[in-house]
Amino acid sequence: MIQLQKGVPLIDQHDENGYWGGKFGGNQIAESLNHPIEELENEFKKLRQDDTFIKERDYYFKNFIGAPTPFIKLENLTKHLGGAQIYCKLVSKATGGAHKAYNAVVHSLICRRLGKTYIGGDTGAGYAGKMLSMAAAKFNLKCKIFMGAKDIERQSINVFSMRSYGADIVPVNSGSQTLVDAVSECMRWWTSENEDAHMCVGSTVGPTIFVKICAWSTAQISREMKKQVIDEFGEVPRDMKLINCVGGGSSAAGFWNEWIDYDNVELIGVEAGGPEGSKKHAAPLTNDSPLGVLHGATQYVIQDNDGEIEETESISAGLDYPGVSPLHCFLKEAGRARYTSATDEEAIEAFQLVSKNEGFVSPSLEPSHAFAEAIKIAPTLSKDTIIVVDSCGDSAKDSKIIAERLGYKT
Amino acid sequence: MSSETLYKSFVNAEKENRAALLTYTVGGDPNKSISLEIFREIAKSGVDIIECGLGHGANIGDGGAIQDSTYRALSGGIKTDDVFDIIKDFKDESEIDVIIMTYQNKIMSYGEEKFLEKCRESQVSGIICVDWPWPLNLKFSDKCKKNSITFIQLLCPTTNEERLNKILNDAHDVVYYISMLSTTGQKLKVSSNEIIERFQLIKKLSPEKKCIIGFGITADTINDFKKTDACVVGSALCREISNSIDKELNPAINVGSMVRHLKDNLNS
Repeated sequence: MIQLQKGVPLIDQHDENGYWGGKFGGNQIAESLNHPIEELENEFKKLRQDDTFIKERDYYFKNFIGAPTPFIKLENLTKHLGGAQIYCKLVSKATGGAHKAYNAVVHSLICRRLGKTYIGGDTGAGYAGKMLSMAAAKFNLKCKIFMGAKDIERQSINVFSMRSYGADIVPVNSGSQTLVDAVSECMRWWTSENEDAHMCVGSTVGPTIFVKICAWSTAQISREMKKQVIDEFGEVPRDMKLINCVGGGSSAAGFWNEWIDYDNVELIGVEAGGPEGSKKHAAPLTNDSPLGVLHGATQYVIQDNDGEIEETESISAGLDYPGVSPLHCFLKEAGRARYTSATDEEAIEAFQLVSKNEGFVSPSLEPSHAFAEAIKIAPTLSKDTIIVVDSCGDSAKDSKIIAERLGYKT
Repeated sequence: MSSETLYKSFVNAEKENRAALLTYTVGGDPNKSISLEIFREIAKSGVDIIECGLGHGANIGDGGAIQDSTYRALSGGIKTDDVFDIIKDFKDESEIDVIIMTYQNKIMSYGEEKFLEKCRESQVSGIICVDWPWPLNLKFSDKCKKNSITFIQLLCPTTNEERLNKILNDAHDVVYYISMLSTTGQKLKVSSNEIIERFQLIKKLSPEKKCIIGFGITADTINDFKKTDACVVGSALCREISNSIDKELNPAINVGSMVRHLKDNLNS
């Protein structure tokens, strides 16, 4: 069994070839990307130790993104469900409405340090693209966003934001026209433009360095939450469960980062189970998908016997990805985190229940999957158990989909 | 057919004082039988070595023309075994060497050992794997060697001299130089002279190894490379297949005449 190392950041627990647990991750890339990736590895190594850079990062996290985001008790929901006490880390209150802002700001700062003036990125739900174009506008970078044509259609609110921030949106019409194709196209673009341009991968996927930078950026969530938990309880609760949705896995990686070494903190990842009864889920960890290489890294991937990536289906564009971060493959294999899935229907019900009970919390469809799990398990637990759900996105971007689904009349 | 015959194909071209011509088409595009017919026509038209794409939907190195070809093959239901069938049928009637160009997940999902066994059965001479860079590919490249299959290492303009030396040291007797930083089939954005300079550096570091030059080469530029070891044209041929299909013409005939034209230009 793969063992985690205590006291070593999760992102640094890979071997010299970039593999976590000897087999997840790596740099399975074309030779043309070897040089820019080495350049980025060296720059990131340096910047992590650079106090000026850390200060700069923290300045933008605090003043632009609005760190720390609230940590609140969901009293009504707790009362309604009975059982465990439910808390929420309201990451959706970060500027832009989701955790993607952290990675976008860090990549933009790195882009400037590299002396590059052009940044490109992929997006699924549109949050990664929205935040990257927002940060690019702030830092005077030219910005290109690759987005599946299907996602452009279903996430028009975020597309509107990207356009407002001046990003050039490239619709990707190949394959399933969703995130998986957007990431492929973005990597192709970077293969051609890497001398002048920097690439931001929107989640903890892709070659090892992108997994590391993204998780290092979203780690802000658990760093600030740890203080909030101690303020609330005076100590780390004896029985705490941290529930997060997992698509690529950037939000969960950040939400869990500071808690990995705490054995009394259970980590639960919730993948997209897709429509009830559908076999087209986006849950490679829950359903034991085979190991494969996707977007430069080895991970569990939904694929057919011929190694072709299969189409996934989820109501949530942000979770609609056939692969999953090597970090989560590693945490699963080491037995440190537990992964499960919620269906589209369960996510919608969770959205309704949370919104109606809590008002201030209106999760997007991605964290609604995490809430669905909390709703499932809370009644079976005692009040001494603390459940914290990362509400990592705001529902505004999904208003059209949810309204249609629930038959709201305008 | 093996790594030995592959090397000989380069030597034969060299003896005739010319660069070897390689073509790339996607196996199974637009279907099994026409794909085989395309190979036959290419063979008749003077090609030295055939590169056969084992297409992958989530590729990260292919430009538009090859993506279209790949999509056509995959959506027509072409599987890895079909591509092996096409190669085997072709090899049963031809001496021309065939190299497979693919992505790591195709090999991994098939199983490395089984993949190599099937390569031997189908008389594949070499393998290029776009997203399996040195040194991660060394174990697999050793397995290839044991099966008399040439694993072809990739080099590019930003492979620095230290890395170049290390890769060449581990490489089998054929390597592939990616002429520019791009996906396949983009307009050549570096001069032919710059490419030839890098080619000469590779030859200086490793004179015995044969070096294929690829990416962005068309009928207009191919003649610039006549004094190199070999060059490959792919996207232009895939585009020709697409055009022929659009116009309801026979892609095999049209690809064949394009190859003859390329061969003439290469040697003129």
